[in-house]
Amino acid sequence: MQLKIQYYALIREQAGRSEETLETSSATPADLYGELSTRYRFTLTREQLKVAVNAEFSDWSRRLTAGDAVVFIPPVAGG
Amino acid sequence: MMRFRFTQTAIDTVEARHELLDLGAGGYVSFEGWVRDHNEGQEVTCLEYEAFQELAVKEGERIVADALRRFPVKHALCIHRVGTLGLNDMAVWVGVSSAHRGEAFEACRFIIDEVKHRVPIWKKEHYRSGDSGWVNCERCAAAPAHAHAHEHEHHDEPAALTIHK
Repeated sequence: MQLKIQYYALIREQAGRSEETLETSSATPADLYGELSTRYRFTLTREQLKVAVNAEFSDWSRRLTAGDAVVFIPPVAGG
Repeated sequence: MMRFRFTQTAIDTVEARHELLDLGAGGYVSFEGWVRDHNEGQEVTCLEYEAFQELAVKEGERIVADALRRFPVKHALCIHRVGTLGLNDMAVWVGVSSAHRGEAFEACRFIIDEVKHRVPIWKKEHYRSGDSGWVNCERCAAAPAHAHAHEHEHHDEPAALTIHK
């Protein structure tokens, strides 16, 4: 299935892009992060992140469906 | 009217304060977060702020709504800057009006604390040494065991303070 991934902050720099459309067999955000970590050598572990699907915070074990927009959220630092 | 929003340009506090006016309000409390010249022993020259705005405005709105439920205040508003900021530039502004000062102080503190913890905003520090780093990310990447224990406060707390939650 095709997913849209957006990257921010440290993850954006490590991926070398702000977004991409990806053909993947990863069924959950957790699987997807594993796949992308291998590809881009992300230094943050999944335990350090949150994840959003379609612009809402999501569970790592949610079943992804075609067309979902996924964002991995590194530790935040607003203010 | 959105009660949490982003701006790419300087925060207009005069305009923002106007949105809090209320005939029943006896005063208002505001907080300004500024870019400081040092953090974690490094000399900071500027900061870059980046946000996942689509989710950030929703989470920010939820925080302000929480504050209005928890504290008997009249109005509350938070504006966060994104982009490149220089020293002493204002990164964030929170304002709360209320009948009495006590709840305005409490609500203002609540909003800035929650924004720092919950809203998907990131900042990259640039140092005089030429290095740069994403706050709360680089050091945690080097020491994952402490990933959730670090809170590198930036504007409103002493530089040496590290909160272990």
